[in-house]
Amino acid sequence: MSRSFFLKNPSVLVFIACLALFTLGATILSDGFGVGLISTSFIKTLGKTLCLCLVAIAMDLVWGYAGILSLGHMAFFGLGGYMIGMWLMYERTRLIITESMSNAAIPPTDQEVVDAIGTQIFGVVGSSDFPTIWLFSASLPMQLALVVLVPGLLALIFGWLAFRSRVTGVYLSILTQAMTLALALYLFQNDSGLRGNNGLSGLQNLPGLDAVPQSTLSVWFLWASALALGLGYVLIAWVVSGKFGSVIRGIRDDEARVRFLGYSVEGYKLFVFVLTAIIAGIAGALYYPQAGIINPAEMAPIASIYLAVWVAIGGRGRIYGAVIGAALVSLVSTWFTSGQVPSINLGVYTVNWVDWWQVVLGLSFVLVTLYAPKGIGGLFDLISGRTPPNRHGKDLGPDAGSLQEQEAEQ
Amino acid sequence: MRHLLAALVALALLIPVPAFAGPVQDLLQAHGSAIIKSSRKTIQPTIDAMAASGLPEVQLILQKWQAREIWQRKEDGQFFIGEEVEKRVYRLTDFDTGERVGDYPKKELKQVKPNSGVQAMIGTALVQFQLTDPDPSLRAAALDSIQRDPAPELLPPLRASIESETDPTLKAQKDRLNTLLTISYGADDAERIVAIDSMAGDLGVDVRATLNPLLDTTRKIADGDTPGTENVAKVLVPGTDLTETEAYDLIVAAWLAPARIEPDDIRNALAAHIDGGTVGSIPVATLSDPAKRVLAYDALAANGTVPPRVTPADQQAALAQFTIYDAYLEPSQQVTDAAQDALTDIELNVSLYQTLDLSLDALSLASIYFLAAIGLAITFGVMGVINMAHGEFIMMGAYTGYVIQQIIPDYTLSIIVAIPVAFLVTFGAGVAMERLVIRWLYHRPLETLLATFGISIALQQIAKNIFGTQARPLTSPAWLDGAWVMNDVVSISYIRIAIFCLAMIFLAVFLFIMNRTRLGLETRAVTQNPRMAGSMGINPDKVNMLTFGLGSGIAGIAGVAIGLYAKVTSELGSDYIVQSFMTVVVGGVGNIWGTLLGAGMIGFLQKGIEWMNPSNTLAAQTYMIIFIIIFIQFRPRGIIALKGRAAGD
Amino acid sequence: MSTLLEVSGVSVSFDGFRAINNLSFKIGPAEMRAIIGPNGAGKTTFMDIVTGKTRPDEGRVIWGDKSVNLLKMSEAKIAQAGVGRKFQRPTVFEDQSVFDNLMMAIKNDRTPWGVLFFKPKSSDNARAEELASEIGLADQLHRKSGELSHGQKQWLEIGMLLAQDPQLLLVDEPAAGMTLEEREHTTALLAEAAKTRAVVVVEHDMEFVRRLECKVTVLHEGSVLAEGSLDHVTQNQDVIDVYLGR
Repeated sequence: MSRSFFLKNPSVLVFIACLALFTLGATILSDGFGVGLISTSFIKTLGKTLCLCLVAIAMDLVWGYAGILSLGHMAFFGLGGYMIGMWLMYERTRLIITESMSNAAIPPTDQEVVDAIGTQIFGVVGSSDFPTIWLFSASLPMQLALVVLVPGLLALIFGWLAFRSRVTGVYLSILTQAMTLALALYLFQNDSGLRGNNGLSGLQNLPGLDAVPQSTLSVWFLWASALALGLGYVLIAWVVSGKFGSVIRGIRDDEARVRFLGYSVEGYKLFVFVLTAIIAGIAGALYYPQAGIINPAEMAPIASIYLAVWVAIGGRGRIYGAVIGAALVSLVSTWFTSGQVPSINLGVYTVNWVDWWQVVLGLSFVLVTLYAPKGIGGLFDLISGRTPPNRHGKDLGPDAGSLQEQEAEQ
Repeated sequence: MRHLLAALVALALLIPVPAFAGPVQDLLQAHGSAIIKSSRKTIQPTIDAMAASGLPEVQLILQKWQAREIWQRKEDGQFFIGEEVEKRVYRLTDFDTGERVGDYPKKELKQVKPNSGVQAMIGTALVQFQLTDPDPSLRAAALDSIQRDPAPELLPPLRASIESETDPTLKAQKDRLNTLLTISYGADDAERIVAIDSMAGDLGVDVRATLNPLLDTTRKIADGDTPGTENVAKVLVPGTDLTETEAYDLIVAAWLAPARIEPDDIRNALAAHIDGGTVGSIPVATLSDPAKRVLAYDALAANGTVPPRVTPADQQAALAQFTIYDAYLEPSQQVTDAAQDALTDIELNVSLYQTLDLSLDALSLASIYFLAAIGLAITFGVMGVINMAHGEFIMMGAYTGYVIQQIIPDYTLSIIVAIPVAFLVTFGAGVAMERLVIRWLYHRPLETLLATFGISIALQQIAKNIFGTQARPLTSPAWLDGAWVMNDVVSISYIRIAIFCLAMIFLAVFLFIMNRTRLGLETRAVTQNPRMAGSMGINPDKVNMLTFGLGSGIAGIAGVAIGLYAKVTSELGSDYIVQSFMTVVVGGVGNIWGTLLGAGMIGFLQKGIEWMNPSNTLAAQTYMIIFIIIFIQFRPRGIIALKGRAAGD
Repeated sequence: MSTLLEVSGVSVSFDGFRAINNLSFKIGPAEMRAIIGPNGAGKTTFMDIVTGKTRPDEGRVIWGDKSVNLLKMSEAKIAQAGVGRKFQRPTVFEDQSVFDNLMMAIKNDRTPWGVLFFKPKSSDNARAEELASEIGLADQLHRKSGELSHGQKQWLEIGMLLAQDPQLLLVDEPAAGMTLEEREHTTALLAEAAKTRAVVVVEHDMEFVRRLECKVTVLHEGSVLAEGSLDHVTQNQDVIDVYLGR
């Protein structure tokens, strides 16, 4: 990552500057650190949006650049959230239990404390024992490591199985969707060890920081999310800028050709899949403490499909496109579904946006796919006048010369 | 006693007492005090006397008595049937003559109120009348009541009634019931064992319900060896059959050993004996260490303030001294052995039939997956178009069925109408979608996936806006209700059979269209080489449109079928979409037989996993998907794979 | 003469159709060979087998001095071992510049990790420029290859093939869609390459084959019908019957 990298990719610097300005502005306008023009809950929404942007750029790397339409990245996102949530919930419960037990006549043994925490956390699913997967929940460093390791390992195993059997294209999408569904269904069970459909809650309270008001915490998380997004952006921009980027774009366009050039396509796909799963996990670990609650419904296949929708609307194959798509669509969705948009009275029927937003989103998505395959990011090309001829059809062969299939048909 | 009473009654018949109206009244008067102050302990002779009286009205008396509808007139103490005609006014009817005696206010009457115990005894007495009642339906009802509520005293009247039974079905039922009652209440062991053996291998739930109580056990503890008087089912060995702690706790519960001192007990004891910052000379602050707690407790115990801890050696000694065993409630070992053997036989039979039942279940699940997937097999398998809105077409079909049922109330007719209408609706939707969206996205499968997904969420939300979030019922016609029952273990509902038939019809229709019609030929031509097909005068646009419409239309019909089987909600489609795709992918794209095999495999697999872990259908789906992911490792192109160049890399 | 590639007794069938039938074929380390044959003779399938795309039902494919079994290797490994292939249709990465296309092909560490931290050395850049001028695209180096004409794409693909520095070049109809002048240039390139490595050319065009001045193998129905100089095989009665006569 040398100076020449930024020189060659000025858009990275522009993006970092915009992100810094945005963070600074939000901080100044916030309740916790500035003039209080923006409510704490909106600061949280902005922070969460930054996390969604982070997972969106990961999605852009895996789909827009490497051509793998994964419908499983929100599952990795959720897993990251679960991993950090386990520590948050354990540690906070431990503090509360220790506090309440300190009044007991006899100081509690460690086992008594652990049992009490177990009863507190798992009482809701009718259990009190800690499942094995909570083995490291008492340790923040271990859980932070798991934020990276669990999505990474799952992606590694799944990706290795899928790529080595040469599952590609829509098959791979369906397979990743099935993986996500399997994971969500598994977590929905009460005996999955992660509290079934109750999920993990109370994550917005950081253990040991009860004195810090949420208005301050929310800004801290905004900073952390902005930092993570910035770093993730630079990392991904760097990955795609060099020869590695050439190879994965080659894989996207013609996998077999890359193979005959001597590149092990499977290895590259696996690398990208795992890397993006890890980024998604980190984004999730930052998102859910701001959301406060995580449950298996968040990991349903539909969430991953929405992720693809954001990236497609923003513009695939350009990192800032993914950021724009994720930020715009998720913020507008929040706005529409929160009921703040006035209903339209058509006389015979009143269009209530809470009910109809989903329809508008679905149809607008169809329109973007049909008429603006480059997404919103394509507008930047129009502005900068970079509109290279779009020649993506198959070659017609020697007779038709340099015309492509689509051109010839026109 | 009975003879004496009968003689008395006969006497009463011969010499009418002027104050009393008839034989029934006489009988009632003879037992008047017992009837009024009935109790379970004293009433049996009275009931027997009535039953033995031979009067034609006995059954009526017993019924009215049991129903608390006999009233005594206070002025003369006579008994009548009472019926409330208006509030607090009762119309009395004479037993003997059946004539109306007149209406009396309640205060002039006294109700005969047998308590529930007595009511049950009257009921038993009634059974023998019902068992020989001329009306077969009453006899059948009596048998049902015996079956529900078997009792030893029902056995003699039941046996007595078998001889005279004329209806062969009822006779068989009586025989069977006789055997069952003999198993439970037979006079001697030999008789019971014969009855038990005769039932070996029988699949009826009633047989198992009769045999199982014979094998009920209680857990007992003996000092030393098990007493020879007991019919021992099993001697429990601590450490293998149950943990040593559990075994010891059982001994403690029988007051045969001192209780273990649990960590909680230690803590409470210590808390109760804090003495100026120390317990047993150990500082309280250090008591977060379990070892220190034990030390402190032992110190207290040494002073005699608390009971001493039970050491492991004490526990071992107690376990060695006592024998824990399960004893049958049934004293006869021959009977329990015979019951055990008979049950083993039955269970073997039952598990065989359960396998059959499971296979039928799996088959019907497979038919549903096949129905859901066959439309996809056309659009995805034949045309290579991935349609994420396929599930929503299924949903549209189901809602079409629902709407039709709102218009046509006759369920049979409405289903017959709904099937073609659903086809037309989804055919139209499919054609519209193909024209407006998919046509522009051929050769861009990932874009097609996403665009159709956009349509899918829009359609789902529209359905939600129109029909609401609650499930809408799609009622099947009455002739599809119920189930084909083979025996108590195997049964399959008619709806599932119908869905299976529908799946087979679809398969035939699909094969016919693809292999025998012009559309099928053109579809295959366009799929394989659109340019060449176009140059031979086939209009690929039209063929694609029709094929896609056909696939969507079939999804609509599948929707009607699935709606009959499951609740119709806006999420109906998304529940099936992943399984449908799995079915097509596992089976092998582009081959209808593959889809059939895929559906079969997924259906059987899911049922198999559910059988292994019946409490948890969520886990079953998880494991199934994991299995499919692994399966694809070995057959990436599905069960029936196209080979070579046709597969296209 | 030592052998670079030896294919012996290879058969493969698709759904009952035998595309390759007991085919045996040998080529030395610095040799030019042309393969001709009617459509469906198994020319492309033969290339698929050598490059690992298709697994034969039986037979052996032995490679190089160390006699490695190619059938056990993945496509990428075979390519790394030194088998380069040019497809019938030019398949270049149209979204990327000519330079990027060449850079991807130039022989270097192919592992993901190595590629991730790859920085082009000055020798790599020089090699790319050298190849570009060899294939006549020196002034197009930073154009997107999708914007090139059909012939230019063919050139670019040949350039990428040379950049891989393979020991064996499998070239499928290199001259299709080229002008006479371009063909001559192609011939020269291939002849130059054949001085240091093995080159197998599949071609329909007899004129082009004649110009290559090399040994010719005639395939028919999945096996070798005749082998020898062009003049020799064109006088073979079998060849005239099944191929030339038609």
